Amino acid sequence: MALNDPPVPVIPAPIWRNFKELQEWEQLHKTRPEGDKHSALFESVTEGIHNFPGGFVVTTAADAFLNWARKSSVWPVTFGLACCAIEMMATFCSRFDVERLGMVPWASPRHSDLMIVSGTVTIKMAPMLLRIYDQMPDPKWAVSMGSCANSGGPFRHGYHVVKGVDRVIPVDVYVPGCPPPPESLLNGLLLLQDQIAHFKKTGRKAPPNEKVD
Amino acid sequence: MNADQARASLASTFGIDVAAAVPMVVSVSPDRWQELGRHAKEIVGCRFFNFLTAVDWKEQGLEVVARVDNLEDGVSLMLKTKLGPGVSNCASLTHVYRGANWMERECFDMFGIHFDNHPDLRRILLEDNWEGHPLLKSYAVDTPHPPYR
Amino acid sequence: MLDVNETTRVEMDWSGPERLQMNMGPQHPSAHGVFRAILGLQGETVVDVDAVIGYLHRCHEKLSETLTYAQYPSIASKTDYVAAMTSEFAYVMAAEEIGKFEVPRRAQYLRVIVAELQRIASHLLWLGTWCMDMGGALGGGATIFLYCIREREDILDLFEALVGARLLYGFFQVGGTRYDIPDGWIEKCRATIDRIDSRVGEYEQMLEDNAFFLARTQGVGVVSRELAQDVGIAGPLLRGSGVNFDLRKNVPYSSYADFEFTVPVETAGDCYARYKVRMVEFREASGIIRQALDKLPSGPISSRPALKSVAQIRIPKGEAYARVEGPRGEVGSYIISDGSAKPYRMKWRGASFSNLSILPHIIPGHKVADVVAIMGSVDPVFGEVDR
Repeated sequence: MALNDPPVPVIPAPIWRNFKELQEWEQLHKTRPEGDKHSALFESVTEGIHNFPGGFVVTTAADAFLNWARKSSVWPVTFGLACCAIEMMATFCSRFDVERLGMVPWASPRHSDLMIVSGTVTIKMAPMLLRIYDQMPDPKWAVSMGSCANSGGPFRHGYHVVKGVDRVIPVDVYVPGCPPPPESLLNGLLLLQDQIAHFKKTGRKAPPNEKVD
Repeated sequence: MNADQARASLASTFGIDVAAAVPMVVSVSPDRWQELGRHAKEIVGCRFFNFLTAVDWKEQGLEVVARVDNLEDGVSLMLKTKLGPGVSNCASLTHVYRGANWMERECFDMFGIHFDNHPDLRRILLEDNWEGHPLLKSYAVDTPHPPYR
Repeated sequence: MLDVNETTRVEMDWSGPERLQMNMGPQHPSAHGVFRAILGLQGETVVDVDAVIGYLHRCHEKLSETLTYAQYPSIASKTDYVAAMTSEFAYVMAAEEIGKFEVPRRAQYLRVIVAELQRIASHLLWLGTWCMDMGGALGGGATIFLYCIREREDILDLFEALVGARLLYGFFQVGGTRYDIPDGWIEKCRATIDRIDSRVGEYEQMLEDNAFFLARTQGVGVVSRELAQDVGIAGPLLRGSGVNFDLRKNVPYSSYADFEFTVPVETAGDCYARYKVRMVEFREASGIIRQALDKLPSGPISSRPALKSVAQIRIPKGEAYARVEGPRGEVGSYIISDGSAKPYRMKWRGASFSNLSILPHIIPGHKVADVVAIMGSVDPVFGEVDR
C-alpha cells in the first residue's frame, strides 16, 4: 500500500533475555544449586542405570512414561486478555472440548502447566503477565494464541502494544489467526503435546520435532 | 424543554446563535464552560451525560467537546470550547455531571488537558509514569518504548 | 468459660479498624477480561473501589487516524469483541452521515438482522459468564455457561456462513454491507432462532427457581434513575433503572422504524432488574429478526462500488456522531473528517467505559461476593473500555 507505508518490519531476536529478572531466573535454572542433593542423587542413580548394560531400556521407558503423563494432563491457566479469550473459552466448551485431551482450565497459575496468552499484550499488562508466568512451576509451556500475541497483530504500530508476547516470555507454539478459530487452537495444542512428548528429564526442552506437519 | 426553547434560552444566556440541527452545537469560551454545563443540565434539562473528549487542532490549540442529551424531550447538545493555542487548562464538569470524572481523566491522559477542581486527576488508560500525551498530533503512533516495542 | 447449660450471646467487636486492601487483579477467573479493582475492605464490606483500567489499551483512536475508512471497520470490530457487528455499525454509520451516503434497503435490513443476531449471541455469553462467576467454574455455574455457549455456537455458525469469520467480522463497509446472504441461510436462521427462543425459556425457569440466584441478585447493586443518567450509563443498565430509552425506538437508525418491538423497562435498578431486561431483549430480538426475514427486500447490498483499493472512500469535511444500541448500551463513534481518506479525529464512545464508571458509586456498602455479581450484571467488555 502506498499510503502511510509502515516501516518494513524488522523482527529482532527474542529480547526477553534483556530482562534482568528473567536473566537471573535463567541463570538459576541453568546450573543445579549446591543444596539440591536429592535430584543430584536421582540423576546419578539414573546415569548409573543408563550406563549399565541393558539399562537404557529402563530409562527410556521411564522417560516415555513420564512424558506421556505430562502431555496428557496439561492444565492451562486461564489467561484471557482480549478477543482471543472468547475463542479460547469456546475451545474449552462442549463443542471443541479440550478436556478430552486432559486439559482442565485452571485459574491459579501455581497449579498449571500451560499459559495460553490469548489477546493483545500491552505495556501496562506485560509485567503482570511476567509475574503470572513466574508463578507457574516448572516444567511449563506457553502458547501464543492469535496474531496480537504472536507479533502485535493489527495493533502493532500502536504506542502501547508489545510487539509479540515472545518479548516477555519464551513461547513454545504460535497459533496464527485473528482470532484463531477453535480448530486452529486445538491444532496448536496437539502440536504442543507432540513437543512435550520429547521433553527431556533434565528440564531442557528438545528442539521442535521436524516430522510434525 | 424542547429544541426551540433550548435555542432561545441559550441565545439569551450566552448570546450565541445556535443552528437548528441534531445535535445542536453550542460553542463558548473556556471561562463560561462550567456555566454552560450547568445551564444545559438544569435549564435545558439535559441530564444524560453522553461523552466528553478533546480534539487537537494543531496550531489553533485544543478543543474540548462534550455531548449531553435530554432523553425525555429528545434534545441533544454538543458543547464545545476552544482552549486556544498553547492552553491546556479547562474547568471541570465533574461537579455538574458525575460521568465527566472518567472522561476528563481520559482527556488528561491522552491530551494533557488539566481540569481544574477535578477530584482525582490522574492517568486512567496508560501507566502513571508514562511520558507524553498520545493523542496530540505531535506524538507519533509508533513511538518506541524499549524493551517492549 | 462458657457454661454449656445456659445460652450465651457472643458478640463480635467490629469497632476496631480492620481495613484491608485487596487487589482483584488483572488476571482473575471472573472471565471478564483485564480489569483491576483495588478494593478497600472493612471486614467483608467494600468501603471503596479504585478501578484501574487500561490493561487493554490498544490505541484505537490514534490508529484510526492512520487507517482509511475502508481499512478500519474490521479493526472497529475489535473494540466490543463480543458484539463485533454493533461496533462496526457505529463507525460505518458515522462515516455515512458525514458523506451523506445512501444505504440501500436490503443492506439496511441485513444490518438489522445481523445486529439483532449479534445481540442474542452477546446476551448468551453474558448470561453464561455471569452465572459461571456467581456459581463457580466447577460448581453449578458451568451448567448455564455450557448451555449458552452451545446456543451461541449455532449463531456463530450462521455468521460463519455469511461472512467467513466466527467472532470478528469485516461485514460492514461504508455504503452498505460487504457480503450478501448465501442460499439456505434464511431457513437456517429461522430454525436457529426458534430453537434458541425455546431454550432461553428453560434457562430462565432454571434460574428463577434457584433461591441462591435470587438472593444474590435481588437488591444488589441498585442504581438510581438519577445516578444512571448523571453518569451516562446506557442500555440494559439504564432500562433496568426505570429510564425508558432505547436508541432503536427513540432515535431510530437504519431500518428499525419498520419493525415492531417493545422495550423492556424495570424500575428496581438492581442486578435482577437488569437480568430481566436482558431476558426480554432475547425475545424481542428474535421477533425483529423474524419480521426482517419476512420483509427482506431485494436489491443491491451497497451503494458504493466494491472495495478495490484502500483509499477508495473519501469523505468530505465535516463531523458526525453516530450511535447504535449495542447489547451493552450506546456505542457511538464521533468522527471529524478533513476531506481525506482517513479521519482527522475519531472518538469511540464505548458503552462499557461509561457503564464501568458507575462501579465506584454503587459497590461501596456491598460484600466482596456482591462485587462479582455486580460486575457481571454491568457486563463490561474491555476492548470497549480501554479501546
